[in-house]
Amino acid sequence: MSSSRPVRFMPRVLVVEDSFSTRGFVRATLESGFGPESIEVVEAESGFDALRLLPRGSYDLVITDINMPDINGLELVQFIRQSDRHRGTRVVLISTQSSERDRARGIALGADAYLAKPFTEEQLRAVVAEQLDGSRSGGS
Amino acid sequence: MAELTDKAREEFFSEASDIIEAFSRNLLLLEGAGREGEPDPALVNEAFRAVHTLKGLAGLFGAVRLGTLSHRLEDLLDALRLGRRELTSEVLDVLFAAVDVFTVVLEAERTGEKETLPALEALYTELERIGTAEPADAGGVLDYELDAGMLAVLTEYEEHRLHANIQQNMRLYRLRVQFDLASIDKSLDEIKDRARQHGEIITYLPTGSAASADRIELDILLASKSDLATLIGALGADNVVVEEIPRKRRSLDRPTPAEATTGAAAPREESSTPLTAPGERALMDRERSLKSLTQTVRVDIRRLDHLMNIVGELNIVRSSLSRLSDRVRSEGQRALAAELTRLHRAFDRRLSEMQEGILEVRMVPLGQVFERLARVARQISRELDKEIRLVITGAETEIDKLIVEELSDPLMHMIRNAIDHGIEPKEQRSAVGKPEAGTIALNAYQKGSHVMIEVEDDGRGIDETSLVNKALKLGLIESSDVEQLTREEALGLVFLPGLSTRETASDVSGRGVGMDIVKTNIAKIGGVIDVHSESGIGTKMTITLPITLAIVSALMVRVSTHVFAVPLATVSEALNFDREMVRTVDGREVITLRGSTLPICRLERMFELERTDSAPTRGFVVVVALGTRRLGLVVDHLFGQEDIVIKPLGKSLSRVRGFAGATELGDQRVGLVLDTAALIEEVLSSSDGVRERLGVTHA
Repeated sequence: MSSSRPVRFMPRVLVVEDSFSTRGFVRATLESGFGPESIEVVEAESGFDALRLLPRGSYDLVITDINMPDINGLELVQFIRQSDRHRGTRVVLISTQSSERDRARGIALGADAYLAKPFTEEQLRAVVAEQLDGSRSGGS
Repeated sequence: MAELTDKAREEFFSEASDIIEAFSRNLLLLEGAGREGEPDPALVNEAFRAVHTLKGLAGLFGAVRLGTLSHRLEDLLDALRLGRRELTSEVLDVLFAAVDVFTVVLEAERTGEKETLPALEALYTELERIGTAEPADAGGVLDYELDAGMLAVLTEYEEHRLHANIQQNMRLYRLRVQFDLASIDKSLDEIKDRARQHGEIITYLPTGSAASADRIELDILLASKSDLATLIGALGADNVVVEEIPRKRRSLDRPTPAEATTGAAAPREESSTPLTAPGERALMDRERSLKSLTQTVRVDIRRLDHLMNIVGELNIVRSSLSRLSDRVRSEGQRALAAELTRLHRAFDRRLSEMQEGILEVRMVPLGQVFERLARVARQISRELDKEIRLVITGAETEIDKLIVEELSDPLMHMIRNAIDHGIEPKEQRSAVGKPEAGTIALNAYQKGSHVMIEVEDDGRGIDETSLVNKALKLGLIESSDVEQLTREEALGLVFLPGLSTRETASDVSGRGVGMDIVKTNIAKIGGVIDVHSESGIGTKMTITLPITLAIVSALMVRVSTHVFAVPLATVSEALNFDREMVRTVDGREVITLRGSTLPICRLERMFELERTDSAPTRGFVVVVALGTRRLGLVVDHLFGQEDIVIKPLGKSLSRVRGFAGATELGDQRVGLVLDTAALIEEVLSSSDGVRERLGVTHA
């Protein structure tokens, strides 16, 4: 590309979570941490919603809760990893720590990181920064 | 937490209280269903999820006490949903108690209250008392031919449900379905409804091998008693393949009688080939709407207020347009005037539609409040050891959100009083041939531009005699007034301070909540309350409310140099007025209207307005009515009808009786909106002495 200005890398993050104030919390944390012009946050309120949104764009990172009704977070991770199109997407699982088993399964299915609720804003930003960094350098 | 915006915090409180409400509704359903046998596992799971989510939110937003409480309850509910504990009525009682404590704790988080909360401590004690869960039992070995891939993605809870179904000897099926992503919501609902008729859906797993990017393929794991042929018949279609997941040839840890006798597992079924759908599919009603597929939007009511203000201002523009077109016509420009009139009409139509649209958005069903009341009624009836049957009708009746908020306290007090004072103890009821369970009816319905809410009980009724005696004792009326009191007025005494309380405090109501407070709170939202009672039969309180506070039609009038707005809903007619018409009867000014006497009120005297001009001998009488009571308001001039936005008066002015609010007039002036109910009350009270002691003063 021979443009005079470098193309700015604006990561696109999909947040899948059925609690609306948690989604709001994640959005507010990321936008204030990275700057609202430096990160795009898209919200999905269920696994189905995520399935609808995923084909419409490429996401650098998916942050998903594990315990959601119908399509749970584990199923979503598997779907992403098995999909030709999305398999390079980083996935962070967020969930309350009450099930060690669920967490282990999530990692086994290919999630890149796990963040236990309740997490602080700093923790969330740190994990996201780490995943986005890896995503950028590793991919196209 | 310091960085979090107010908006984020507001969202937290909003969601948390929604969750508590949903949890409460859920418990009521569980209680109802529980009487008929096994509690629905889906309901128990929903209850668990509610508390689990609450715990998560509390942690994120730093609400420590809420988080700890949620955690304790989550343990209890987890044990319940995993079948490690039975949902007894004792456990249910604790859960109901928890709903109230949640509300208290959430409120404390919001206000920053740091004091210990006795209700919270009491709940913890109860939780301790009912003990912890029994240890989990090992569970049967999973010996179906479920591929490891599907097992790996089940959450712990889903796995438990799978086990539970297997132990009940359900058969397992995989429904492979393909949908268009565009219409997935609808398609999913259809298949869900049909599948649920036959069993329990364990999970939905996207397979990732859809035909194209616009489609998605899912595997639905279903546990059912039905056989394959039945399911294929019910669910099979072009895009739905039904397969049974066969059992392996090993026997279970706990062999069923069928296993033992045949000595072999159930026969293996071959995968079926897709069949075409038989005829068209019948669409079924949904029992519970799916949260994840909701079409609703959350709106802060302040934004709606803002929109209403804008509509109000557009209204002023509209009427200016109308006046402009009149002026243009009077200057001879007919064609131009006609054009302007057309524009005005179009504008008017659209603006009305928009106004109605916004009003509709503000409306919420009364059911919201009624559900809370059902819980309160249940609690009080337990504490007072009275059996109560609560009957609710009209929960779908809608009313402005702001009004609903203000209604729950007064209604709660009314129900409390009804249960405590109204409903007699069981023995007394049986003695007079009434059923032991007292009935309290909550009815809501729309009547014209008002909403009526009735609280009715079949208790002992209000004892007028003792009410009058109490009023005498408290010095609220004189013995000379007693003879003149009509039955209605005697019952009306119940709204005086001090009259509807007990002599001694009872545990629940304390001294009882005064109906005077209830009446004041209802007046604040523009409503009135009436009481009817029959000794030995029961009592009925009727609240009349405006549907919305926001925009009302009003008759604009002028008295001297002041402009007032009279809510059109209360106006029955307007007539010409001449000083000659006035007579004085019993110290009160009246006129004759169609043969009957109509008391009048000269607004200039009532409000002590100064006259800059000499008082006109002629004017108008605006007849306002509320229920059966009528009053004629004497004014100088009638402007006509306007839709106005009522704005509340500030705190310092809200104590002034006679005004329901204020509205902006076109030229940045302010017009006061009359509180016709208060005026009627003021003028029509029985005698001057009583009026004074009722605390009625000039506005």
